[in-house]
Amino acid sequence: MENSSKTISDSVLRKFFLEVYSISAFTLRFFKEVLKPPYELNELLKQSFLVGYKSLPLIAITGFIIGLVLTIQSRPTLAKFGAESWLPAMVAVSIIREIGPVITALIFAGKVGSGIGAELASMKVTEQIDAMQVSDTNPFKYLVVTRVLSATLMLPLLVIFADALGLCGSYIGINIKGDVSAYLYFSQVFQSLEFNDVIPAIIKTVFFGFAIGIIGSYKGYNSNKGTEGVGKAANTSVVFASLMVFIIDMIAVQIASLLQN
Amino acid sequence: MTDSTTLIKKGDDNKQNDNIVVEMIHLKKSFENNHVLQDINLVVNKGENVVILGQSGTGKSVLIKCIVGLVEIDDGKLILFGQDISLLKNTELVQIYRKIGFLFQSAALYDSMSVRENLEFPLKRQQRNLKKEEMDLLVKEALHDVGLEKAIDLSPSELSGGMRKRVGLARTLILKPEIMLYDEPTTGLDPITSKEISNLILEVQKKYNTSSIIITHDIECAKLIANRVIVIKDGVCAAEGSYADLEKSTDPWIRSFFE
Ligand SMILES: Nc1ncnc2c1ncn2[C@@H]1O[C@H](COP(=O)(O)OP(=O)(O)O)[C@@H](O)[C@H]1O
Ligand SMILES: [Mg+2]
Repeated sequence: MENSSKTISDSVLRKFFLEVYSISAFTLRFFKEVLKPPYELNELLKQSFLVGYKSLPLIAITGFIIGLVLTIQSRPTLAKFGAESWLPAMVAVSIIREIGPVITALIFAGKVGSGIGAELASMKVTEQIDAMQVSDTNPFKYLVVTRVLSATLMLPLLVIFADALGLCGSYIGINIKGDVSAYLYFSQVFQSLEFNDVIPAIIKTVFFGFAIGIIGSYKGYNSNKGTEGVGKAANTSVVFASLMVFIIDMIAVQIASLLQN
Repeated sequence: MTDSTTLIKKGDDNKQNDNIVVEMIHLKKSFENNHVLQDINLVVNKGENVVILGQSGTGKSVLIKCIVGLVEIDDGKLILFGQDISLLKNTELVQIYRKIGFLFQSAALYDSMSVRENLEFPLKRQQRNLKKEEMDLLVKEALHDVGLEKAIDLSPSELSGGMRKRVGLARTLILKPEIMLYDEPTTGLDPITSKEISNLILEVQKKYNTSSIIITHDIECAKLIANRVIVIKDGVCAAEGSYADLEKSTDPWIRSFFE
């Protein structure tokens, strides 16, 4: 009994470290290939457009709703302390520092991360990646590097967009029960925001985007043969990328607070 | 006297070497503990159609993937167009691989591109400054050769299995290969379409004067196109000969392929 449970935990640990090792190797390969010419600029532009454009409606709606709901939910608590005038500032800080980046990244992981995983896995199963290689093309560069870069570049833009719509949602939420002019609202918001709120929040989204791109690509590019590999690659990409978003978020908070002291 | 005979002999030797486009000598390939190719020796002559038979999972696909460098060989020699590829520099290797076309089992059309873009892809990759009109002409010619001009603006998902194979073939032919490798070109197709594809392979051989290796389970296809048949078993070439020879073989295992 003891023996078998020990070997099971051994093999789980072994698998875990093997996985960590091969993702690290994959990431290292990304950095090697990203610098070497030729650069696949056309494909990078195309992917960036697709990645940004595809997730835009979903992220716009979610951003707006989060701003609206957060405002409506926070009002009673603040009102209890007679601090209703703090509402715009409080909501703005929570959206920009935390909720905007994390929610957007999670949606992005669900939409783009799983998309990359499924696409590359199906290309692998149907030998499209092999076909590319015999057509004078480095598939890692053409497929992986472009997708990781576009995820890294587009997520921060999407987060800024989601933040902006979140603030608009919040403005409407405030005006459901009050009467604050847009000018007053936004001047309150911008007064309450500091450099330290905005910049670290944007920087961490670069890492979110990179992690989502790398994990989706890794799962797809190394998927097992067979059609069930495609679904599995999409699924594990989302789970693993979402987890990474929280882990990076935690690390980012620690680093930001260290830097502020 | 002696001088002249050796001269003649030398000339003969050279001629023979020129004639061989693919040669494998004691080729080996394993995936961890799975010893797929154990000792493969084979020769493909210029203009010849060699059919490879063997059960599923014996490493037929691995064998032809070695030829284009999709699978690295562990041991042995692979000689393409008379050159040992282990001695070549990367740039020379690229030049050699460019002369080899590969039709994948699933046709491997790029799902995200139309038929036209699928055919343009290898062209753009090889000759980066090709003019649009020239490219258009080549695409149309290649599609014409496989009888599918009308499909030029369709996407792969709109094609039937047979059409996909044809487009895959056109995409390979557009680069005018000297060696064609076909991985189960008729598997999964109905008998009539299979026959059409087999005939197409013959036409391609005539028009482009290619040498081909064809992996197939389709005995009709083998009968039609094979100049020579090689049977692979347990990682070695177990039998070799013309279709008629092997059909008459007394070995029940070999005969089982022909029933
Ligand atoms: N990239 C790979 N990694 C590990 N094993 C492989 C790989 N490619 C093929 N194999 C194994 O090699 C064996 C032969 O495969 P394959 O050449 O596809 O057979 P077939 O003769 O049906 O074409 C199979 O057991 C397969 O699992
Ligand atoms: Mg095969």
